[in-house]
Amino acid sequence: MQHGKYRFIVGFLALPLIVYGVFVISPFVQAFQISMTDWSGLVGTAEFVGLDNFAKLWESDDFWNALRHNVYMLALVPVVTLALGLFFAFMLNVGGRRRKNEVVTGVAGSKLYKFVFFFPQVISITIIAVIWFNIYNPDPDDGMLNSFLGAVGLDGLQNSWLGEKSLALWCISAVMVWGHVGFFVVLFSAAMASIPRDIYEAALLDGASRFHTFFRITLPLLWDTVQTGWVYMGIIALDAFALVQIMSVNMGGPDGATDVMPLRLYLTAFRDSQFGYAAAMGVAMLIVTMTFAVLTMRFARRERIEY
Amino acid sequence: MTTEEIETVTKQGPAAPAEVTRRLGPTSGRSSEGGVLNVFSHGILVVWALMVGVPLLWVLWSAFKDSNGILTDPWGLPTTLHWENWSNAWDDANMGQYFINTAIVVGGSVVGTMVLGSMAAYVLARFTFPGNRFIYYLFVAGMSFPVFMLVIPLFFVLRDFPGSSLLATYHGLILVYIAYSLPFTVFFMTAFFRTLPTSVAEAAMIDGASHTRTFFQVMVPMAKPGLISIGIFNFLGQWNQYLLPMVLNQQEDKYVLTQGLAMIALQQGYENDWGALMAGMMIAMLPVLIVYSVFQRQVQSGLTAGALK
Repeated sequence: MQHGKYRFIVGFLALPLIVYGVFVISPFVQAFQISMTDWSGLVGTAEFVGLDNFAKLWESDDFWNALRHNVYMLALVPVVTLALGLFFAFMLNVGGRRRKNEVVTGVAGSKLYKFVFFFPQVISITIIAVIWFNIYNPDPDDGMLNSFLGAVGLDGLQNSWLGEKSLALWCISAVMVWGHVGFFVVLFSAAMASIPRDIYEAALLDGASRFHTFFRITLPLLWDTVQTGWVYMGIIALDAFALVQIMSVNMGGPDGATDVMPLRLYLTAFRDSQFGYAAAMGVAMLIVTMTFAVLTMRFARRERIEY
Repeated sequence: MTTEEIETVTKQGPAAPAEVTRRLGPTSGRSSEGGVLNVFSHGILVVWALMVGVPLLWVLWSAFKDSNGILTDPWGLPTTLHWENWSNAWDDANMGQYFINTAIVVGGSVVGTMVLGSMAAYVLARFTFPGNRFIYYLFVAGMSFPVFMLVIPLFFVLRDFPGSSLLATYHGLILVYIAYSLPFTVFFMTAFFRTLPTSVAEAAMIDGASHTRTFFQVMVPMAKPGLISIGIFNFLGQWNQYLLPMVLNQQEDKYVLTQGLAMIALQQGYENDWGALMAGMMIAMLPVLIVYSVFQRQVQSGLTAGALK
């Protein structure tokens, strides 16, 4: 049985490891190295500058502005997305229990809802961005949202949406929520289905209301999944690149109101050719992301003991 | 969680609460409260379904309207079907070329990811050798690297590739897609190969099959459900990829669909041929729509398994 075992192992692992090493591991290592140079992308001009790029980053108002927007999204988007996802999943799986004949309608309907809700998850972010760009079109006749508001008599709420400095970031955040709720409906539905039904049965016999069932049974038992979803959604909120790049006025505008870290990095590198500085932004983003993930895990674990 | 577990779980989903109700039906005497809540909750579900569905349907019906119709009456149905939008998108807006580019790149990289990913996963799942754990974690660690941090060095890795630059080439993009799909594929398939029984592979070995032959003729067919799930996962992810091609593929004749669409949308602003843009979006979406409609359950379980990593 041992005959040729090592030759086989090496033969099977070599190619995947080479491809992975060259295109993923080596860029990862190089990112740290480039971040300590003043590289402008031309061969031979990179000089070691130590932590200068990070010092520059620390002083950069633009980067703090972008980071602040990512943090706003981080505070808002995961909460709203997960809350809606939990709410819908609960209604689709447990919520309809006291209605007559709901056995048939509930089941059939829930499959269709899940199919529709999940849709944004499978189409590309570019398409989502273009669609919402049109929804937010400021023209009161051309823009879908504005013309809809006009048609239902809410003309007063019509706005220039992405062109409005105080609204643009929230408009983009709303698209992020829109795109991901369905994913969590499906994820939480799967998790809810694995909760033993005896628990619900016992709670129902004791006369628990839906409200109690949700907060005393479903949510605590789903906590691990919620926690994973939180990290996943947080990482998405720390990105937002494609949406901002395609939808926002003048990439990150109006007047920097929607600028985010990845966009800053992209423009610094591929528009301004400051590769060393941009690599430092990449390292800073890694640190922000890791800090967020570690804090979430810590915080969530402490919460969980309370149940 | 493996796919199978998730699939069983999803299948059981709607049945569980239904049975609770059936058994408890006569004892629960608060149907009025439930009734009001159900109207309310169904209302919200319908509203959300419309919020998701209408924009997508809007793309579909706008793909048959002329630009004027899209702009002056965004909510109206097309009065006449403007099929020429589709040929305008395919020919004039180059969506045909972008479609072919995308198909070549995604075709190559899905196949490559599956072959390389399952080979590595099989070895890591089934053989003990020094360094096994290390290599496994090296692959899995890749799931936590932010791609943004990697794109700058990656650009230069491709540009300065020994031999010739890999920027804006099919094989360059294919290699990068494969590399970035390997972490999750290896992770997923390793878990899957571990769940398969060892006896069949052992029997094949006793019958004189080599390791390689055992893998391709015994293990791969047995792993088919897992390969389908991860294959769909990779197809959707790679078809919709935006950042990597944007940085590594900055040559217009090699653009993939997402790049092409973004470029048209950014250039057009609020004018020009909107009908063609909408038809272009439909062209980019169709393969995904078909895969999603046909493999709905696998898509949902595959993508949600991705979050449970």
